[in-house]
Amino acid sequence: MPKTLGKVRPHPTQNEPLLFELSSPGKRGYQLPALDVPATDPEAALGAGNVRREIEDFPELSEVEVLRHFTRLSTWNYAIDLGMFPLGSCTMKYNPRINEAVARTEALAWAHPYQPEELSQGAMEIIATLEQYLAEIFGMSDVTLQPAAGAHGEYTGIMLIRAYLAAQGNPRKIVLVPDSAHGTNPATAVMAGYEVRTLASNEHGMMDPAAVAAAVNEDVAALMVTNPNTVGVFEEHIEEIAEILHAKGAQVYMDGANLNALVGVARPGDFGIDVLHANLHKTFSTPHGGGGPGAGAVGVKPHLAPFLPVPRLKREDGLLRWDYDRPQSIGRVRAFYGNFGVLIRALAYILAHGGAGLRQATLDALLNANYVRARLEPHYQIAYDARSMHECVFSDARQEKKGVRTGDIAKRLLDYGFHPYTVSFPLIVHGAMMIEPTETEPKAELDAFCDALIAIAREVEENPELVKSAPHSTRVSRVDEVSAARKPRVRWIRE
Amino acid sequence: MLAACGLSSLEDLYKHVPANALIREPLRIPPGMSEYEITAYFREKAAKMAHGYASFLGAGVYAHYRPVLCDVIVQRGEFLTSYTPYQAEYAQGTLQSIFEFQTMICQLTGMEVANASMYDGSTAVAEAAMMAYRITGRSRFLAAANLHPEYRQVLDTAAHNARMHVAGFPFDPETGRADLAALEQALDDDTACVILQSPNFFGIIEDVKAAAELAHRRGALLVVAFTEAVSLGLLEPPREADIAAGELQSFAISPSYGGPFAGVIATREKFIRQIPGRLAGETKDQDGNRAFCLTLSTREQHIRREKATSNICTNQALVALMATVFMSVYGKQGLRELALQNLSKAHYLAEGLDLRFSGRFFNECVVRPRRRSVEDALQVLLEKKILGGVALKRFYPELGDCLLVCATEMNRRADIDTLKEVLA
Repeated sequence: MPKTLGKVRPHPTQNEPLLFELSSPGKRGYQLPALDVPATDPEAALGAGNVRREIEDFPELSEVEVLRHFTRLSTWNYAIDLGMFPLGSCTMKYNPRINEAVARTEALAWAHPYQPEELSQGAMEIIATLEQYLAEIFGMSDVTLQPAAGAHGEYTGIMLIRAYLAAQGNPRKIVLVPDSAHGTNPATAVMAGYEVRTLASNEHGMMDPAAVAAAVNEDVAALMVTNPNTVGVFEEHIEEIAEILHAKGAQVYMDGANLNALVGVARPGDFGIDVLHANLHKTFSTPHGGGGPGAGAVGVKPHLAPFLPVPRLKREDGLLRWDYDRPQSIGRVRAFYGNFGVLIRALAYILAHGGAGLRQATLDALLNANYVRARLEPHYQIAYDARSMHECVFSDARQEKKGVRTGDIAKRLLDYGFHPYTVSFPLIVHGAMMIEPTETEPKAELDAFCDALIAIAREVEENPELVKSAPHSTRVSRVDEVSAARKPRVRWIRE
Repeated sequence: MLAACGLSSLEDLYKHVPANALIREPLRIPPGMSEYEITAYFREKAAKMAHGYASFLGAGVYAHYRPVLCDVIVQRGEFLTSYTPYQAEYAQGTLQSIFEFQTMICQLTGMEVANASMYDGSTAVAEAAMMAYRITGRSRFLAAANLHPEYRQVLDTAAHNARMHVAGFPFDPETGRADLAALEQALDDDTACVILQSPNFFGIIEDVKAAAELAHRRGALLVVAFTEAVSLGLLEPPREADIAAGELQSFAISPSYGGPFAGVIATREKFIRQIPGRLAGETKDQDGNRAFCLTLSTREQHIRREKATSNICTNQALVALMATVFMSVYGKQGLRELALQNLSKAHYLAEGLDLRFSGRFFNECVVRPRRRSVEDALQVLLEKKILGGVALKRFYPELGDCLLVCATEMNRRADIDTLKEVLA
């Protein structure tokens, strides 16, 4: 006999069908105004062969059905608004809602990119001001805000290097990438027409100047370095390394994904970097939105400025203008002027903090990471003994002895109500667990997170199966990603 | 907390950083502002923008009504502040909505596979070209001269750096459509793909079927680009194309001075492993329940690194969600009615004006002002608080006497009449 009749769970938590399964013919959730001009016959205007009969299987729903559907889906997501998101190198910090509010300022949100420049001065001033503040934070002379994301910024940066070297007579062939690099770095270098050589990190998780010197020759165009790197360690020899590259006529590119550790404390332009990108959605608190949109600001030293993508802002007769007359430019990397709505949010963040506040945020981020490290070190193996900056990387070496891997610990964290750390990255750390708490987490949240990880370490000793079969409390249990890839079903089809 | 870290001051946190690398003086950025001051700052900037103007600007960015529900959903913190759904068990909301997005894009475009969005239309077209290169092993791209000029520029930048070649083929000066005879001449055995936009930059419908036949005869793919997604509510989708690459800005995404938008690439099932960007797939959890996860990521930069199909990492998930809600609200009938309203407004606008091209158009057309120069016409309209269209001289010197005007469901008859008076 069943213990209960009927429902055993509140219905919003049960499976939410797909939009297409909820659909029923004739339902509608929209209302258009009455047409105030004569209706045009589509077949006459477009030609019979150009008019589609219907959009097959497109959903038909009422407004409340659409609202409930997406509201229910939203409850199956973890988010910063629910708790700490300790993803290393991803910088998931609180997204202040003032940023959202100002990005929706009507005359900014409805601005058309081709409206007259005289009627776009406000937007252009926002872009110019953000460029100026970022140049100050980077220690660079010029900044472009056109790239749509971090990887797009990397691509732009490497193209700048290529154009600069080509203008010197030879674009060169090779880009050096440390083995701790983000996966986008080698992919970017290849897209820009370069061959990639990997540089091994030393036992402190850093680049070794002697190894760099041995790898650099006249064929090397650039080194792509992340600093602090993906093991959360400041590249202490960065100035010396930059000198080695520069002596051979090569350039130093910095992946600014970890800029959250540096703002107001150190400036890449001051330690030998020629070009860098920063992910505005990380350091400058624009929401990640489940995977985007972002923005990938690129800063350069003066020798690379002539090559920046068009258009550039210039001031003429007291007005800002878009300048397309840049003969050495690499060209356009995106239509229009970049992800302007994201730029507004980033500027709002900088305005809220001010110079001193940005520095304080960095110090708080460093403190939080070091606090988490101090609490977890007795329970998990730290990857490198070097000092941590804004994130700390552990390995699963101790738990592996019980057959439990970093991915299992991550899934068990879900049961404790936390999004996991970054799993299995960087690749050079066996069973990596990369944790970045950011400055916006209160101590109570850090403690709850550390308590959870410490409890899991104990579970691994006492009941490893519990951890290996996690998660136990999420809406779906462990998802079969292998069969999803073997036989991909990437759209719904009516059966 | 400092004591727990074994430190005595905040400065100790970075005392291992070489002194030379540390900042020497405070950042030259003014002190922090309150919320009220920040709001006032952006209001002051907004006051220096066009405000209260009727607009007939299109050319890749369209003013469409944004159903209230779209903003309500994307502002839910669980969508707004979540991360890329790598941990599937904790991101089913994002994953299912992406799966629905992919399905609706396939339904709209007549394709079989769509990705979870690209940065925007311009970069989507460049990525589609690179995809054609991977599929065909050929390195020459043929782009129609009436492809959005800024899309073409982005394509040129990407191709130049990958050491590939882009050639153009002209449009027919009479119809405004791509010149297919010229295309046939230009095609060769090294052509990876033909890139054709429909409706094209002039708003005119292209003959996708004929272009596909020409391309396929020489072993090239056909990439069909679109900037006005609303047109797909009424127009036959580019079923004969191999790749559809376009922009979804029309689907409830604010013009926002050019971004953020959401691009998309859709293609045939057989090219699934060559499509760049993310894909959400349906699968099961351990208990046999339906579940979703990111899939085929072996194509992606985080696994194959230097062999990756693209370096795309971020996509436009939140913006794509906005488009998904838009498509759900309008649905099957609504999208058609919306497209019909656009068609009707634009054809009412065009009636009696001097149209530069004879081709069939959707909601944009190229107009030659009869009594005034383009500059004068725009100035007169500005004084009537109307943004009158895009002067084509900046992109096509040979069309220096022409304006590209667009009408959507947002344009009221009275404003259209005023525009017509000035341009007649």
